[in-house]
Amino acid sequence: MNPGEKVTTLEQAIARHVRDGMTVAMGTGLESAIPFAAGHEIIRQGRRDLTLVGPISDILFDQLIGAGCTARIVAAWVGNVGAGLAHNFRRAVEDGIPRPLAVEDHSNLTVALALEAAARGVPYLPTRTALGTDIARDHPRIRAITCPFTGEPLLAVGALRPDVTILHVQRCDHDGNAHVWGNLGVSLEAARAAGTVILTCEEIVEAEAIRSDPNRTLIPGFLVHAVAAVPLGSHPSPIQGYLNHDDRFYEEYHTETRSRDGFLRWMDRMVLTTGGHAGYLARVGEARVRRLQPRTPRLAAPVNYGL
Amino acid sequence: MTGHGATRQEIMVVAAAREIHDGEIVFVGMRLPLLGFALARTLHAPRAIGLFENGVIRDAPPAGPIITMSDPPNITGALACTTLLDVMGYLQRGRVDVGFLGGAQVDRFGNLNSTWVDLEDRRTRLPGSGGAADIASLAGRTVLLMQHERRRFPEHVTYVTSPGYGTGGGWREQVGLRRGGPARVITTLGVLGFDGSGEMVLESVHPGVTVEEVRAHTGWEIRVAADLRTTPEPTAEELAALQKFDPDGVWTRPARS
Repeated sequence: MNPGEKVTTLEQAIARHVRDGMTVAMGTGLESAIPFAAGHEIIRQGRRDLTLVGPISDILFDQLIGAGCTARIVAAWVGNVGAGLAHNFRRAVEDGIPRPLAVEDHSNLTVALALEAAARGVPYLPTRTALGTDIARDHPRIRAITCPFTGEPLLAVGALRPDVTILHVQRCDHDGNAHVWGNLGVSLEAARAAGTVILTCEEIVEAEAIRSDPNRTLIPGFLVHAVAAVPLGSHPSPIQGYLNHDDRFYEEYHTETRSRDGFLRWMDRMVLTTGGHAGYLARVGEARVRRLQPRTPRLAAPVNYGL
Repeated sequence: MTGHGATRQEIMVVAAAREIHDGEIVFVGMRLPLLGFALARTLHAPRAIGLFENGVIRDAPPAGPIITMSDPPNITGALACTTLLDVMGYLQRGRVDVGFLGGAQVDRFGNLNSTWVDLEDRRTRLPGSGGAADIASLAGRTVLLMQHERRRFPEHVTYVTSPGYGTGGGWREQVGLRRGGPARVITTLGVLGFDGSGEMVLESVHPGVTVEEVRAHTGWEIRVAADLRTTPEPTAEELAALQKFDPDGVWTRPARS
């Protein structure tokens, strides 16, 4: 690709790279930097039969389940970090509403190892976690093995290669070389494992800014296929330095989506009729969004890469 | 509420804090355990280090109130921010002394279920393991925090999400778990330990709680320690420190009906 060709709109990035039936990793940072704006765009574009991958997916997966986009979940935890249970997830698993949902249950570590195996180009990685649990029983991606060196019982976690990984990052250049800070969860493994990486970012910066601190470039641009500037694209989840956690949103979502009709009304108002992320933020409320933006900068000490 | 004005939640947090020893590496968790870690650091374990599964390593309480471990106040001033695989690697390597866990159900042998339960003939899907199975499998020991209700204390959990002592005896060794297992269960009614076979034993009841009350809320004939004690009341110093970390009582002074 020529310089700048990766930069696109969120609409085009999703239209071009996320297709029906794909395996998509999102929410890989755990509770922060969840690419909610990208998920909402997937709903607006009506994708179907997706397999969603994430350690703890929070209410983004709940929304994609309720919207009927999702056939299968590969995750360690699907819920609402503020309020506990996720209603659409429950309705889909328990009653097949709006459609039946297959769930491949994991622990956080087995999700990470599945992605890491794919990232490192090996068919599986061994672990001592989850031995003796019901998670490991009859699992399509976890097998009991015997260590060829010590004879110990271990579990082998099979590689999981997402078709697409979508990350929301603080800043990147036009080629997708991304500076990321804060907790990383399984974001790096998910990006390295994926066939395609879409970045949404708070800011697109000049290449010089990225090169000024190469140790902070945690996603190299050669992994990245599309870059879209989507400021506050993680709302209601936080992204360090740009947006704090919208605690109240999770409670409101929990209450409002308790019934199927309630969720459909929520989706209509907050996703289907917003016209995009700017419209979504307007519905959240300008004053409320402003209150979530950090007021007191905490800059890191500069590091010296001098010769 | 007890005679000295401490809530059950405050008693639980203080009991959790007392499980953390100075210099230990702690897999922290959220809510009450997070407060317990803050309290322990302040009072008796100033060199304890906290790990969070999202990749955060801290040696000080968060810079402000948090709902999740990835909220900005838990990142600001952290010792390190890294990957889940890195901190889980420390856990698997055996570097973590103690981890805190909760669940929908805990059974006689300390196995936890957070995946699904049957409520009134209807199967209810719960969120799942998160990192709980990893902490239960790999930490040096675990401390479980539970609401003490009969439906949450069945003799056998419907699904083993996070391993305790399995079916008892040498189960952990047999399945290949090299260390760990639950050391304490801190509940709204008391504190429980485990005997040599991995079975839960009531060690202390909170002030104002009777053994009969614990029995009534436990789904099997619970063993009671010969030297059953009353859980020590939080001291004035402990309550004052707690007040600092939960000034509005969000976690420790919930509205009582």
